[in-house]
Amino acid sequence: MDARIFVASQWQLMWWRFRKHKVALVSAVVVIGFYTIVLGADFLAYADPDASEAQRSLMPPQRVHFFDGGRFAPYVHGVKGVRDPQTFKRVYRPDPSRKVPIRFFAEGAPYHFLGVFPATRHLIGVDGGGDAAQAIFLLGTDVQGRDLWSRLMYGTRISLTIGLFGVTLSLILGVFLGGLSGFYGGVTDTLIQRTIEILRSIPTIPLWMGLAAAMPREWTILQVYFAITIIISLLGWTELARVVRGRFLAMREEDFVVSARLVGCTRTRTIFVHMVPSFMSHIIAATTLALPAMIVSETALSFLGLGLRPPAISWGVLLQQAQNVQTVAISPWLMLPAVPVIVVVMAFNFLGDGLRDAADPYGH
Amino acid sequence: MLAYVGRRVLLAVFTVWAISVLSFAIIQLPPGDYVTSYIAQMASSGSVVTEEEAQNLRIQYGLGQPIYVQYLKWMKLVVRGDFGQSMEWKRPVIEVIGDRLWLTVVISVAALILTWVLALPIGIYSAVRQYSPGDYLATFVGFIGLAVPNFLLALVLLYLGFVLFNAHIGGLFTPELQDAPWSAARAWDLAKHLPIPALILGLAGTAQQVRIMRANLLDELRKPYVVTARSKGLSELRVILKYPVRMALNPFASTIGYTLPYIVSGSIIVSLVLGLPTVGPLLLKALIAQDMFLAGTIVLLLGVMTVIGTLLSDILLVWIDPRIRIEET
Repeated sequence: MDARIFVASQWQLMWWRFRKHKVALVSAVVVIGFYTIVLGADFLAYADPDASEAQRSLMPPQRVHFFDGGRFAPYVHGVKGVRDPQTFKRVYRPDPSRKVPIRFFAEGAPYHFLGVFPATRHLIGVDGGGDAAQAIFLLGTDVQGRDLWSRLMYGTRISLTIGLFGVTLSLILGVFLGGLSGFYGGVTDTLIQRTIEILRSIPTIPLWMGLAAAMPREWTILQVYFAITIIISLLGWTELARVVRGRFLAMREEDFVVSARLVGCTRTRTIFVHMVPSFMSHIIAATTLALPAMIVSETALSFLGLGLRPPAISWGVLLQQAQNVQTVAISPWLMLPAVPVIVVVMAFNFLGDGLRDAADPYGH
Repeated sequence: MLAYVGRRVLLAVFTVWAISVLSFAIIQLPPGDYVTSYIAQMASSGSVVTEEEAQNLRIQYGLGQPIYVQYLKWMKLVVRGDFGQSMEWKRPVIEVIGDRLWLTVVISVAALILTWVLALPIGIYSAVRQYSPGDYLATFVGFIGLAVPNFLLALVLLYLGFVLFNAHIGGLFTPELQDAPWSAARAWDLAKHLPIPALILGLAGTAQQVRIMRANLLDELRKPYVVTARSKGLSELRVILKYPVRMALNPFASTIGYTLPYIVSGSIIVSLVLGLPTVGPLLLKALIAQDMFLAGTIVLLLGVMTVIGTLLSDILLVWIDPRIRIEET
């Protein structure tokens, strides 16, 4: 074991270190799982997320029966919609006489897998999907009778990619400005540091709200999507810049950097060949820790109605329907989109923690 | 010490200026102005605004002039304490905001105090009894607190309160006292309603502070001076509270400046969920209606309050801890 440690590369050491942090390892799997949903949202969804049907408004989640007469054959009962004679509200009752079998890899609405390959198979589905009586609602439906499970799949795609783009943008800003600050020092450093301090002492949500409200109402989903990304990253780069600056400052005086300078490396070569690789791991960890804040920001803005707007689907947009406590009390499943938000934020936090510990494998 | 405070004050003034420009710019960004949204609003209720009326409104609010002139005009009024007219409410902005700003401050400060009151003992306990069930519980609750966005937490608590106790936990006053003038009874009513929003707002901050305190204290507890103190026969409580806790308090305290803006931010969105009469719901409505003076004033006042709060805590900190005075100057 000892001999292996001496000859192992830095990344190898980091991996050994990271492997020891079991919670971070599990979190990594969770995060990968979520990004798999991003890629395969249309395969995992079994219904059109925009198909509304007044006849099945606010339907509760269905119970799935996994075994039919001792054999593994999942099915759900058909649903009857009736009016409550006293309240005149629409209520749904399972109809035990009718079984709707769940088929794996069933034919459904056509889509392009990964945006390229035309496909019609979905992970699960029912026979004759077009028929309203032959449909499944694993997580129930919203006010307009749209299937929550399918909407959640598509929402995951938007919410997670917006965080990814936002963090990339922050990273570019943060590395650039933090690098300038840490490498040159002096007036540049003071100026950038003061700007960061000012930005950090302003309450961000009112600012976000103001910026988001400034978006023209007639913008397309794509325009709004990128505008939101820019808004959340404009205020989110400060932490990353701080980390980068700190690493630059710490490293400027390290022996290997000094010797690189002494043997006559150009400044660009010193930075990109010698310095950047050695704090790459720290940046990855900081980025992972910055991601959940981005995701929550988008969710919060969309929840307020200032971020993404329907027909776009994101976790925040889905949660908009849960704003009213009366609605939620009657249809608690509308709060379900909060679950992925919490799970993803937690997973990213643990993963970032583990990566941060592993980033410095020579520490004790 | 004076030089340090002077620099802090200078930075605060700069920040306030930056906030004023930002808040004004934000209000200017949307295409169209108050008059266009007013016309749209009137049209939806069936009445028509003539071209002449629209023109008059634009002149009245100085909407046609260059932006920097509008900004200077606004600032001139602000310095005199006149924040202009709310276009939507047709009343002075300051009157529309009324108590709401102070309630925002009260909630934020309550959350901040709660953060400290909870984080300090829990952090100490977690470090001293490392890996005990209590430590694990604190860590677990802490992670939940960090991971659950506070507006979702508010939503879940609201739902649980509604389902389990059939009670509405939102609001800051009982309905009878909602619009009553200030009195001892109303203040007591406020105090009774305060804990839940303060807890929701403070939980994330508390979780973070507990982690910081625990980590700092664990580092300190391993140092030789602790062994010395113990070997000299001090009681365990004194050993811990008198030396390592004091040392660990420093990095803990220096994060307070960033906690306040975070709490104020959170209060805006949590207020919307819980229906608290703070400036949050007002800001959202003003932004949607493009009521520029009202929205601008709210962003400005919130920013200024936060900066003042942060400044005060910074000064308090150097006053408490002499080491910072020496380090910073």
